[in-house]
Amino acid sequence: MGEKVLMKGNEAIAEAAIRAGCRYFFGYPITPQSELPAYLARKFPEVGGVFLQAESEVAASNMIYGAAGAGARVLTSSSSPGISLKAEGISYIAGAELPAVIINIMRGGPGLGSIQPSQADYFQATKGMAHGDFRLFVLAPSSVQEAVDLTMLAFEIADKYRNPSLIVGDGIIGQMMEPVEFPEPIDPDKLPKKEWATDGAKGRKPNIINSLALEPEDLENHNLKLKAKYDKMREEEVRYEEIQTEDADTIIVAYGTTARIASSAIEQARKKGYKVGLIRPITLFPFPSEVISKAAEKADNFLAVEMSTGQMVEDVRLAVNGKKPVHFYGRTGGVVPSPEEIVKEIEKIGGER
Amino acid sequence: MKEVAGYPESLTEKKFHYCPGCTHGIIHRIVAEVIDELGIREETIGVAPVGCSVLAYEYFNVDMHEASHGRAPAVATGIKRVHPDKFVFTYQGDGDLASIGTAEIVHAANRGELISTIFVNNAIYGMTGGQMAPTSLIDQKTTTSPFGRNAKEAGHPIKMSEMLTELTGSVYIARVSVHDPKHIKQAKKAIKKAFQIQLDGKGFAMVEVLSTCPTNWGMKPQDALEWLKDNMMEVYPLGELKTPEGVE
Repeated sequence: MGEKVLMKGNEAIAEAAIRAGCRYFFGYPITPQSELPAYLARKFPEVGGVFLQAESEVAASNMIYGAAGAGARVLTSSSSPGISLKAEGISYIAGAELPAVIINIMRGGPGLGSIQPSQADYFQATKGMAHGDFRLFVLAPSSVQEAVDLTMLAFEIADKYRNPSLIVGDGIIGQMMEPVEFPEPIDPDKLPKKEWATDGAKGRKPNIINSLALEPEDLENHNLKLKAKYDKMREEEVRYEEIQTEDADTIIVAYGTTARIASSAIEQARKKGYKVGLIRPITLFPFPSEVISKAAEKADNFLAVEMSTGQMVEDVRLAVNGKKPVHFYGRTGGVVPSPEEIVKEIEKIGGER
Repeated sequence: MKEVAGYPESLTEKKFHYCPGCTHGIIHRIVAEVIDELGIREETIGVAPVGCSVLAYEYFNVDMHEASHGRAPAVATGIKRVHPDKFVFTYQGDGDLASIGTAEIVHAANRGELISTIFVNNAIYGMTGGQMAPTSLIDQKTTTSPFGRNAKEAGHPIKMSEMLTELTGSVYIARVSVHDPKHIKQAKKAIKKAFQIQLDGKGFAMVEVLSTCPTNWGMKPQDALEWLKDNMMEVYPLGELKTPEGVE
């Protein structure tokens, strides 16, 4: 570990990608993630990396499809409307079982929406990125330091499972400056060789990167193979944080920026005598269902807080499975909830103290 | 002893799925022969399209990557940037390259991407059952232009080679045909030149190959070859549209 430096989230993610041994970036400009490609355009020449500004997000996602198939650690970044366009390439990358890392610094939607912070792409990230039966490994940092750590993890898991990883942040995570420490850099030349990659069939049978399987039985087998990977992720890759849940009557479930605001709300509420805790999903897929399910045996109430009209709350309800009431509080369209608003919700749920 | 004929090493032994009389088989063969002759089979990565030649990855005996519809030049860009020392080509049809993939081919060419593109133009969507393509001729009947292509509604046949010639990043653009042995020889020569241009690091090269689709044109194979000669070559004149300086 080196010394702490003050950095914007977007730039810190870019630096973390370099540290993770990523040397290929293909992207298209969009607010509010612009500092990320700008950082790589500046820094990649120093480390022999390739930065390419594509003609569109569609092209960018297919460039990462090509580069990932060729065996590289590869990154693209965008924001909500751009991710919709990248969905095509991402589906092929998942279908062809290739590792790649995608960053979505989410903004309000639908359509062109706004450029303000939002968590309205939860469904897209965790359930409906694109056509076909696939999942991404989805990470949601709530600080700049965590954005760095999770970027390193995203590349590692992508390679381990041969599956795309997605990091979702928002304009606050992307634009906010915080002190960060970076891990020691990984030398891309020392990463294990990908025997399946297209690098010329020298002395071996040709490698084929493909997501087409015309025989239904073949495709079903492929889908089941993918499912087995996702099931393994559900068993081994769930990450979350618990804050003051031991004695909590009410448990807030929130991720990313919203979880930070919820932490402040919890401090205020506890001063008023409410026993409130937080479960913060760090992986949105796989979702930390088990810890929520267990908590439902003790706590009286759950409150999902999101910057949307209610998306993650559906997964919270599935995990709680009717054992306890699940409430929801959300602001959307780029409006960020305040701790005071959340405290009010806690008071509504907990009654007068 | 000099080998004058034989089965190219750069083709697998898999039987083509192409319809009788389709010229994809000929084009596959000459591409494979050129790869053999240049001695680059083990250095080659091919990118297959979506369309009739979607299964090209089963036929070329080289590393292959199956792209999404129209995106082969983007996929090839990703591969070439990772392996600048390897030979990368795309094999695309006219629906793929001239319709859904226009942005990708234009910008790959404009960047002077060191890739080579084989563009097979048969003036129709074959795999999906004979729909009008941007390359379909005026008055050509297809399932989606049942009364013939009408320029007022559907525009004119798009001339991709002429368009790409205008870009500074493209260095070699040629249009060839495979309707008879003489033209097949010329086509092979152009493909070899295009591939050599990549190996020499000169820039983007594309060879447009006029091709037939007897099934969806509703013709006997021999009639389709005649139709190509009599109708397509007038709209899509053959020749080298752009050649780099110092290349014969």
